[in-house]
Amino acid sequence: MAWFKRQSGELDTSGERKVRTEGLWVKCDSCRQIIWKKDLEDNLNVCPKCDKHFRIDARSRLTQLLDEGQYDTFDANLVSTDPLKFVDLKAYSSRLKQASKDTGLTDAVINAQGKLNGRPVVMSAMEYAFIGGSMGAVVGEVITRAIEKSAGTKQPLIIISASGGARMMEGVISLMQLAKISAALARLDELKIPYISVLTDPTTGGVTASFAMLGDLNIAEPGALIGFAGPRVIEQTIRQKLPQGFQRSEFLLEHGMLDAVVHRRELKPYISRALDFMVQAA
Amino acid sequence: MKVPKIRKAKTEKVAPPPPVDGAQVVSGTEFLLSMVETHWYSRNGDARKMEVRLKAEQELARIEEQIEHLQAVPGQSEETRRQIEQLHERVDALRRQIHASYGAWEKTELARHPQRPYTLDYVERIFTDWSEIHGDRGFADDPAIVTGMARFHGDEVVVIGQQKARDAKQRVYRNFGMPHPEGYRKALRVMHFAEKFGRPIFTFVDTDGAHPGLGAEERGQGEAIAVNLREMARLKVPIIATVIGVGGSGGALAIAVADRVLMMENAVYSVISPEGCASIMWRDATKKALAAEAMKITATDLSELGCIDGVVPEPEGGAHADHEAAAALLDQTLQTHFQQLRKTPIPELLASRYNKFRNMAQFYRVEA
Ligand SMILES: [Zn+2]
Repeated sequence: MAWFKRQSGELDTSGERKVRTEGLWVKCDSCRQIIWKKDLEDNLNVCPKCDKHFRIDARSRLTQLLDEGQYDTFDANLVSTDPLKFVDLKAYSSRLKQASKDTGLTDAVINAQGKLNGRPVVMSAMEYAFIGGSMGAVVGEVITRAIEKSAGTKQPLIIISASGGARMMEGVISLMQLAKISAALARLDELKIPYISVLTDPTTGGVTASFAMLGDLNIAEPGALIGFAGPRVIEQTIRQKLPQGFQRSEFLLEHGMLDAVVHRRELKPYISRALDFMVQAA
Repeated sequence: MKVPKIRKAKTEKVAPPPPVDGAQVVSGTEFLLSMVETHWYSRNGDARKMEVRLKAEQELARIEEQIEHLQAVPGQSEETRRQIEQLHERVDALRRQIHASYGAWEKTELARHPQRPYTLDYVERIFTDWSEIHGDRGFADDPAIVTGMARFHGDEVVVIGQQKARDAKQRVYRNFGMPHPEGYRKALRVMHFAEKFGRPIFTFVDTDGAHPGLGAEERGQGEAIAVNLREMARLKVPIIATVIGVGGSGGALAIAVADRVLMMENAVYSVISPEGCASIMWRDATKKALAAEAMKITATDLSELGCIDGVVPEPEGGAHADHEAAAALLDQTLQTHFQQLRKTPIPELLASRYNKFRNMAQFYRVEA
């Protein structure tokens, strides 16, 4: 159990490859404009010139969405046992160690409890910098425990996805997490406890094929890549260039696959409003 | 046989994806890569394994002859009966040894064998009174998944399965057994139909994966699979799923959240195809045998990992060698599980289905 207190000016942008840091200035890779880093951070890591939403880490998510940036983490000490003893060009065990060193996390998700505009909530935020936010046995278990915490406390659940999908190095073990999490969500659904899924850049593969698409509301940040199959695989299948904006949030909204695309600045007010609607007065 | 155009194009165009940082992530189905033409009989098991297998096969033949000989003697003594029993035990051990000597890549080839029985081959042999149900009532009928009413030894049931085909035209029609979202939605609609009338569900899994394409993404492939996973977890009728060939990732799991999940002896079940895994992790699609081994995808592997409830034996040489025998063996196993499940009260059934998946694949430790 640990309390984190951060000021919004201290958002961690480490692990963000798209922001090129040159001292105090960064160049937006979308509009090519030079922005003062402090301005970008003050703007929740959204480009003040073109509204490009940069990737942010799991801790920044929690800080941005929970009151006063305060939250209480739980189940933060689960570590993969490398069930398949998987070795490709590099041993999975050493990839895990490296990712752990880089992020300070034991795997690609943080479970937290905090308040959202005064209302206690359970929030699970995925960490893309940890092996691409991929889902193995630990992510599966931690998210399932968040669902169970929500069911047990009757506090609404919010999951913020950022993941490339299943973790190949755990093979079929990672696949089975989809079934496990989805079954837990069926129970939460029976209890009529609100679940809001927030999809951020990128949310693909097994995460899209399970909890990310199972919210009472599925909302996404602008411009996020969201899909089941990766764009590369689809390009190889259809043997042509994919249309502009394919598998981006706005594309999914247009095809009826998302309930809303919400600007990062509006995320907290949107969730708060939705919870007002979904939470029954006692 | 004329090679269908689509297929040929794919085999020519499939290139290993460029190495990307953090590429050790499965992006949905990289399963197209598994469509790469393979030579069914190319063996890349190591020589020692082959030798062990050969020896075991010879001994097996000898013992079976011996048993036959002993059994032919009228008026067996206690001693003889004990001897026969011991020999049977040895036969079982040898069979297991032979089975284990097949590598994961050999199993993959067997699982993809074009003469392997497909869903409708089993429907024809195990069920009666098959009446197909078409369409998702929203967009289309997906021929890559068949659904329908049938009778299983007299009992009304629903059958759902991915359907592959052998002939060039049919293969395109069935989209190589790779469903679109409407296929999964049809499956779910028919599952709810079964639930409403209290009829058990049999599913047969045989897909390289859910189809990766424009239309599939537009219509929410991920959402369709996700909803099936959640709904199957709470469907109030018994469900038996059997992986009969290839269990390809989320596209397979989407009809395999069941009270019993069985795998045919030579079936494989994985999060990505060996080719896909090899090209991403090894950056070399030819390392497919290595990838197959590393991912632990065989029925024995999944059984040991606790991800399935049983392995269905296949006739000697594999299911493709004898469809009748394969169907008879599967029928036997299905009957056993069916009898157990139909006696179980629904609340108990749902609780144990939930607990099974809740406690499955728990591979983590808690750090102090
Ligand atoms: Zn910009």
